[in-house]
Amino acid sequence: MGGKPQKKPFPWHIPVFLAPAVLIYTLVMILPLAETLRLSFFQRDAVSQATSYVGFANYARLFFDPFWGGPFFNALGNNLYFFVIHMLVQNPIGILIAALLSMTHLPGKKFYRTAIFLPTLLSFVVVGFVWKLMLSPLWGVSKDMMSSVGLGHLFMPFLGKEETALTTLSLISVWQFVGIPMMLIYAALLSIPDEVIEAAECDGVTGLSQFFKIKLPLILPTVGIISILTFVGNFNAFDLIYTTQGPLAGPNFSTDLLGTILYRTFYGQQTQPGDPNMGAAIATVMFFIILAGVAVYLFVIQRKLTRYEM
Amino acid sequence: MKTALRGALLAATVLAACGPAVAEDVTLTIESWRNDDLSIWQETIIPAFEAKHPGIKLVFAPVAPTQYNAALNAKLEGGTAGDLITCRPFDGSLDLYAKGYLAKLNDLPALENFSEVARSAWTTDDGSATFCVPMAAVIHGFIYNKDAFAEVGVEVPSTQAEFMDVLARLKDEGSYVPMAMGTLDQWEAATMAYQNIGPMYWKGEEGRKALIAGTAKMTDPEWVKPLEVIAGWKPYLGDGFEAQAYADSQNLFTLGRAAIFPAGSWEISGFKRDADFELGAFPPPLPAAGDKCYISDHNDIAIGLNAASPNADAARTFLEWMGTKEFAELYSNSLPGFFSLSSHEITLDDPLANEFVSWRKSCDSTIRSAAQILSRGTPNLWSQMWGVAANVVNGTQSPADAAAEMQAGLAAWYEPQKN
Repeated sequence: MGGKPQKKPFPWHIPVFLAPAVLIYTLVMILPLAETLRLSFFQRDAVSQATSYVGFANYARLFFDPFWGGPFFNALGNNLYFFVIHMLVQNPIGILIAALLSMTHLPGKKFYRTAIFLPTLLSFVVVGFVWKLMLSPLWGVSKDMMSSVGLGHLFMPFLGKEETALTTLSLISVWQFVGIPMMLIYAALLSIPDEVIEAAECDGVTGLSQFFKIKLPLILPTVGIISILTFVGNFNAFDLIYTTQGPLAGPNFSTDLLGTILYRTFYGQQTQPGDPNMGAAIATVMFFIILAGVAVYLFVIQRKLTRYEM
Repeated sequence: MKTALRGALLAATVLAACGPAVAEDVTLTIESWRNDDLSIWQETIIPAFEAKHPGIKLVFAPVAPTQYNAALNAKLEGGTAGDLITCRPFDGSLDLYAKGYLAKLNDLPALENFSEVARSAWTTDDGSATFCVPMAAVIHGFIYNKDAFAEVGVEVPSTQAEFMDVLARLKDEGSYVPMAMGTLDQWEAATMAYQNIGPMYWKGEEGRKALIAGTAKMTDPEWVKPLEVIAGWKPYLGDGFEAQAYADSQNLFTLGRAAIFPAGSWEISGFKRDADFELGAFPPPLPAAGDKCYISDHNDIAIGLNAASPNADAARTFLEWMGTKEFAELYSNSLPGFFSLSSHEITLDDPLANEFVSWRKSCDSTIRSAAQILSRGTPNLWSQMWGVAANVVNGTQSPADAAAEMQAGLAAWYEPQKN
């Protein structure tokens, strides 16, 4: 054998195996994102119709022009509210249902699991339309149902009042998506080994305190994942508002989310022509909001979560 | 059974083989938002045209009205749009022309059959180019349930005071919702309410042109007063009207549960089909007895030629036919409520449509105030009008505030309204 150390051959199999995923991801995700970013730095001149580079002018208008900034920050606020309702209602209910489903002796467990998960599979259009009909003050069943339990006086045209419309839509969305946290947490609860539970029982930790002291800490990482999924989903939400309230997100923009303002800007609305460049600016801002949210989760929250070997 | 199937297959094969031999036919596709008219095109208009012009086939391809603008833009950009494009009035189509998607049609002889006002909605600001052949205008007014009026014992009102009295009496009597209108879609409040009665107050074209010239403001009394009038409608709308959509209002009326429907003439054919009671119509009430009468007679629909169409000659033949009296009569009669804009004398069979069109004789016509020029900037005046008109009817914004909001929006970008 010669004295020269043999040079390791270049590991060609790595780029070959990575290539398909990298190519597809670049084509359908990274390129459009970059293109959106590029588009947001241009603007079409109203007179000459020529498109030219304008730097950050679109962003400056979006944040500081009262006719853009007002609606934008209103939508951002509404979106935060939409998210908060989901976190306060959807996830606790999801955990509760999952905890009930994971009880060993629950009759009809499979039925409940399917029934609760089913709305998640439905189209937004179906969900929006069905709820709009149920809540309709003219033909809806909700007035009669509320009256039959003595709550008739509380009935309002929920989707038509500024004070109630956004909360109502948030709750409709919660109803539709509660199946996702339920399923994920149910799976996490099932994966807790019996030994851990048995050990807890030997130490006299049972019932509610067993749930809060043993099970909840073990499923917290899953709750974190669910929160981030909810966050991303909520800040991209659009369909439900569009199908129930229309593109103007009425009444008086009280249900306007970033998705609906993006739609109105990008595609236009009635006599207002679409403005793809402003639309791209809004889309970019949405992207960075979501990115920031995910980053906070990954670098701050996830590191503080304790993971237990099971 | 097997033989029948084999025969059918054979026939299909033979037909398919013959296909290309006969198919020197040019097929033209019409892009439209009028999906309600699909059967009228397929059963009446297209056969009439094809009978006269063998070799040209027409396909009417509508999408939902709310998706039309976005869908059409995407198709035009992608080069997949049809040969003939149904034109929205004013800036929507002007923008398409400016981008080069619509062909200039000045040399089309058929255009001479239309008045300048009719062409105005599809002509450039300087009047140099016309790019769509006008089809129809729609007129605003009120459609009412004649049986309900007879039952409650009220007469058709002619002034604002009488109108409010009729509403009050309908409400007291209690068997009908006095007026079917909701604010969920916002559009009804702006179109069916504000633009319906408004021209009476801002004196039609006079007020509209003053606003464009910058000599009047939306905060002037003639623009605020109609907002105050529609704010007064609130007690007479159905329970929960805030969550009532446009389709709900239509159903409420055609089911016979409401007495008055603030309408556009385009409702006529749908209402005649769905309602099993007698329908009548009256023009927007006069502010005071003896005032001059103004109606909204809005240029609504036209057809233009896709500049990229490979079948431009055949398409021009169709556009030419649209300027004939035959088309005007066919269209106005099969679509009662869409009144042809051509200068031909035409007769209408439908009494309700005749009632609407008769107002043209006694009243001055105008178009919707935000349609021309004023909706070009950001914020868009027409969209703003939807929002504030709905707020005013809901009672969540005062008429004065609503007017101030629209004026501030206009002043933000429209040169003649700055200062």
